[in-house]
Amino acid sequence: MTHTAGAITSPSRWLPAALGLGTVIAFFLAMEILIRIGVINRYIVPMPSQIAAAFERVILEEDIWGRFRLTFTEALIASAMITVIGVTLGMLLYRFELWRRATETWIAAAASAPTVLMYPLFLVIFGRSMWTIVMMGFAAGLPPVILKTIEGLSTTRPVLINVGRSFNLSPAQSFAKILLPAALPTIFVGIRLGLIFTLINIVGVEFLINFGGLGQLINDLAERYDLPGTYAAIFFVILISVCFFIVTERIERWLRPAS
Amino acid sequence: MAETGVLKRANAGPSLLADPVTRLRIAIIVSLLILWEAVAASGLLYRDVVPSLHAIAIALFKLLATPDFYGHLGVTIGEIAAGMLIGGVLGLIVGIALGANRLLSQAYESLLYYLGPTPKIIFFPIMIMWFGVGPGSKVAMGAISCFFPVALSAASAMRQIDKTLIRVGQSFRANTWQMATKIYLPAMRLPIVNGIRLGLGVAIIGTLLAETKLSNRGIGFLIIQAYSLFDMPRMYAMLIVLFVLAIGANALVGRLGRFNVIGQK
Repeated sequence: MTHTAGAITSPSRWLPAALGLGTVIAFFLAMEILIRIGVINRYIVPMPSQIAAAFERVILEEDIWGRFRLTFTEALIASAMITVIGVTLGMLLYRFELWRRATETWIAAAASAPTVLMYPLFLVIFGRSMWTIVMMGFAAGLPPVILKTIEGLSTTRPVLINVGRSFNLSPAQSFAKILLPAALPTIFVGIRLGLIFTLINIVGVEFLINFGGLGQLINDLAERYDLPGTYAAIFFVILISVCFFIVTERIERWLRPAS
Repeated sequence: MAETGVLKRANAGPSLLADPVTRLRIAIIVSLLILWEAVAASGLLYRDVVPSLHAIAIALFKLLATPDFYGHLGVTIGEIAAGMLIGGVLGLIVGIALGANRLLSQAYESLLYYLGPTPKIIFFPIMIMWFGVGPGSKVAMGAISCFFPVALSAASAMRQIDKTLIRVGQSFRANTWQMATKIYLPAMRLPIVNGIRLGLGVAIIGTLLAETKLSNRGIGFLIIQAYSLFDMPRMYAMLIVLFVLAIGANALVGRLGRFNVIGQK
C-alpha cells in the first residue's frame, strides 16, 4: 500500500473525525429524546430541534447581521488600537532597554490580571456607550501585543543582525529590513492573543452592560425568557469565535515559515 | 510602614537604590501618582471619576475595617474554590484521558481547543436556569472557565512525558499505581501547575463577572453596588484589593510549581 493510498483508505484518517462528529450528533439526539420523554425539563433546556428552528427567527427578527456588524466594528477599532499602540510600545521598549527592564514585569502582571473586572469603572468614565466596550477590549488585548513584540525583536538571530551590519545598513534600514521581518511571526502571535482577549471581552462586556451587538442579544433573549433563542444566539457567538480563532490561527501558521 | 520599607532597603545596601531600574520604577510610580492627584484636583473629569488618593486610601481603610467585607470575600473565595475544584478535577480527568489515548485526543481535543477561547460569560443565562440565581450558578461559571485550560494543559503534559522515564519505570516493573505516582504525576507537575494557574485566572474572572451580573453576595456584587451608588473611592478600593488578591494568588500558584520542581531536584 502506498502512502497516499494508505492516507485515503486508512481508518486512522477518518475515524477520529467521525468519532468526534458522531459524539456531538449522538449528544444532541440523546438530549432531544431525554427532553421529549420528560427526563430533562423542557422549560430549562430547550430541545435541539427547537434551537435549530430558533436560528432562523433569531437571524431574521433580531437583526443578527446588524448586531454582528456592530460587534465586528467594535472589535475592529479595538484591534487596530492594540496593534498600532501595542507594537509601537513594544518597539520603544525594545529600543530603550532601561524602560523595558523597569516595566516588563508590570506588563506581564497586567496581562494576567483580571482587567475585565474594571468594566464598572470604564462604564463611569465612558458612559454606557460603544466606547466602554471598545476601551475594555483594548485594555484586555494590549499587554500580550507589547510583550510579544519585545520578545520577537529581542530573539532575532544575531547572525541576521550581523548580516545587516556587514552590508553597512543604517539603524533604520536594519530595523525595517531585518529586525521587523524576523520578529513578525512572534509579533503576530501576540496580536492574535490580543485579538482573542479583545473579542472575548467585547462580547462579554456587551452582555454584562446590556449594550451593543451580539452580547446584548443573548442578554435580551434571556431576559425575555426566550430559551431556544438564547441557546441559538449563544451557539451563534461560539461559532463566530471559533471561526475567528481558526482564521487567525491559519494566518499565524502562514507567517511562521518566514522566521 | 513606608519607613520600615525604607529602612529595610537601606540595610540591604546602597546597590538597590543605585540600580537605575529601581530608580526608574520609583520615578514612574511617583509621576503617575502626581499625575493622578493633579487630574483629581483639576476637576477636568466629572467629579469623583478620579477621586483623590487620600479619598481612595480612606475608602480602602474603611473597606478593610468592615467585617461585612470579609463575609463577601469569603463567599467569593468559596465560589472560586468550588469552581476550581469541580472544573479542575474534571479538566484533569478529561485531559489525562485525552493525553493517554491517541484516538480520543484526535476525536475530541480540537473541540476543547476551539471552545477554549470563547467568551464563557455568555453561558451565564443558561447557568442561572440550571443552577439558580444563588452561588450555584457562580460556581458553575468558575468551573466552566477553569475546565478548558486545565484539560488542555493536562493533555499536552501527558503527551510530553519523556519516553525514557516511562521505559525506566517499565524496566523496574513498576505497577500502574507506581507508574502514576512515581513517573507520570511528577513528570506532569509543572505543565499541570501552569494549567491550574491559567485556570485560576479565568475562574476568578468568570465567578466575579457572574457576581456583577446577578447576585446579592460576593465581591462582584460589592463592586456593582459601588457603581450603582456612584461611590467611586470605594470602587477603586475594591478594585485594588481584588487585583492584589488575583495577582497574589496567581504568583502563589506559579511559585508552588517552581518550588515543587526545585524540591524534585
